[in-house]
Amino acid sequence: MTVLDVKDLSVDFATEAGTLQALRKVSLKVPANRIVGVVGESGCGKSTLINAVLGLLADNGRVTAGQILFEGKSDLVHLDGTGMRALRGQRIATVFQDPMGALNPVLSVGKQMRDIQYRSGRSRKEKDALSVEMLRKVRIPDPEHRLAQFPHEFSGGMKQRIAIAMALLMRPSLLIADEPTTALDATLEVAIIELLKDLQKQIGCSVLFISHHLGVIAELCDEMIVMYAGEVVERGSTRDIFHNPRHPYTKKLLACDPARLARREPRLPTIPGTLPDLRNRPKGCVFQSRCELADDVCSTMPPDTALSTSHVARCWHTDETAGAAA
Amino acid sequence: MLRYALKRLGLGIIIVSVAMVMLFAMIYVIPGDPASVALGPRATPEMIQALRSRMGLDQPIWIQFFRFYFSALRGDLGTEVLSGRPVLDVVFEQLPYTLALIAGAISWSVLLGIPLGCIAAVRRGGFVDRVIGILSVAVIAVPSFVIAIYSLLIFAVALQWLPAIGAGEPGNLASQLKHLALPSLAIGVGWVGYIARMVRASMLETLEASHIRTARAFGLTDRRITYSYALRIAILPTVTLLGVGIGNMVSSAVFAEIVFARPGIGKLVYEAISVRNYPVVTGAVLVTTVFFVVVNALADILIGALDPRVRTSLN
Ligand SMILES: Nc1ncnc2c1ncn2[C@@H]1O[C@H](COP(=O)(O)OP(=O)(O)O)[C@@H](O)[C@H]1O
Ligand code: SF4
Ligand SMILES: [Mg+2]
Repeated sequence: MTVLDVKDLSVDFATEAGTLQALRKVSLKVPANRIVGVVGESGCGKSTLINAVLGLLADNGRVTAGQILFEGKSDLVHLDGTGMRALRGQRIATVFQDPMGALNPVLSVGKQMRDIQYRSGRSRKEKDALSVEMLRKVRIPDPEHRLAQFPHEFSGGMKQRIAIAMALLMRPSLLIADEPTTALDATLEVAIIELLKDLQKQIGCSVLFISHHLGVIAELCDEMIVMYAGEVVERGSTRDIFHNPRHPYTKKLLACDPARLARREPRLPTIPGTLPDLRNRPKGCVFQSRCELADDVCSTMPPDTALSTSHVARCWHTDETAGAAA
Repeated sequence: MLRYALKRLGLGIIIVSVAMVMLFAMIYVIPGDPASVALGPRATPEMIQALRSRMGLDQPIWIQFFRFYFSALRGDLGTEVLSGRPVLDVVFEQLPYTLALIAGAISWSVLLGIPLGCIAAVRRGGFVDRVIGILSVAVIAVPSFVIAIYSLLIFAVALQWLPAIGAGEPGNLASQLKHLALPSLAIGVGWVGYIARMVRASMLETLEASHIRTARAFGLTDRRITYSYALRIAILPTVTLLGVGIGNMVSSAVFAEIVFARPGIGKLVYEAISVRNYPVVTGAVLVTTVFFVVVNALADILIGALDPRVRTSLN
């Protein structure tokens, strides 16, 4: 079963300097019980993608085309506020990047965890019991007592564990993690990744995991999506992408420095050239200006070329990209 | 918290002591000898001399000051020159009226200012926000005694909705509240503007915070997010502002008490100054200073109660 099925999603932001096309025809699938990674440089639209899924686009943002099917039925694009609120935090939960600021500083952790359960009809005691159970799962020591504490009384790593506990509280079928470890140091990062892997199995949810960190994606994810300038340029199993990348951008990204993967370099490698201006997108392929294979045909929009049942690249010349990394 | 409370107490004692030095100095430099002023022009030099030594005015200045200081600490602010009543009694008789007036002013400013600020923030950029913004600036700009006089003319004289002067019948709460409405509004209305603007600004800032995004992502309702998750934080600067603003309200109270012919500390001081009844002036100012210090400490304690981060940093 597919938990999340995004089809040809386009999102625009109205800005003073004109319309910014943040996402263009983005398609991706998150199957049940799978961890799907999303990589891409900063500004390529990763957060916009999850905000669109959550119905939390900024006021100036608008979905201009496409569908977001959740659990096979509801199209989230057309769901109203009430319907969306019934899913958020309940069926679709999110862990954000910034553990320091993600929790309300003046409300106790216990209160915030109770509030998430406001639809459950449970008593206060039952809610607290569930919160304690979840905090224990994310390995917060002495959870009964810590429920009464406030976010500033926890370390950064602990706060991110609490954020994960909050996200999993209602046993969602989809967990979205937007760079959950970017703000943490390497040892904490490893611990959080292990924890996520573990809990995903226990709870049996799917995870959409956004990261800059190719090493982490390789280790954690079953499938992955490569984004560039608001488009999904390649998607497939993690194995396909790492061993047989077919989009020139993916190839550059992976070829840049294989040692990075081993070194757990927390940043994506930089490749020469600049990102296209999203207010003034090039006609045709977004990667043209940086692509060595670009030719005339590339000035028309490349098709999503299926390379196997699950491996797709948005490029005209996938026949030329087979084989060793460029 | 205890260490903090002690520190606050120490600070309070310093503020009050400084106020006492200044008060003492003020009386000392004012021309005219308190004893001869008190006894009037027909007093004989002997009578004046007798009163001077009774009042301790023949002692060296530093002894006079320490007497003044330590008897004040014991609650003895001297006696009124003519009636011989203890000053503290005279001041405490008037204090409740002023406290009620300031409590009324705070109520107006909080009960109107906070909701208006919230509404403006939620509707930012809209028509309602702009109207609230203009009104806020207007009420801030107009001095409170002008508002006092105009509200008196409009609501008491022209419309006759509310009584014009006095504090109401003793023991009749409804009557006292009616008498309180206009003068406390006159003091509080400028603060409505301050608080509305302050709450709007800090609300807008708070609504941008990432924990608000988290709350949204967890499906909490907009209502709960605005009035529980955001307002709890956005209210903090307002509490601090009010704590400091009390001093300003006390000085507006002087005008309000005079305009509305209400009893109270302001009126007491005003009248005492005009007849050079210095012990009453000193006593009233001292009590007001202590009141200011206490209110400030209360505001800080309230901040601690509302903000766990402050609480922790104090421990
Ligand atoms: N509210 C907004 N208004 C205008 N532009 C926006 C807004 N939010 C994001 N963008 C733009 O959309 C693009 C994608 O941003 P984002 O999704 O945050 O990228 P990422 O999360 O991959 O770093 C960026 O160019 C960013 O500047
Ligand atoms: S479509 Fe053309 S320009 Fe775009 S990535 Fe493929 S080869 Fe390069
Ligand atoms: Mg982002």
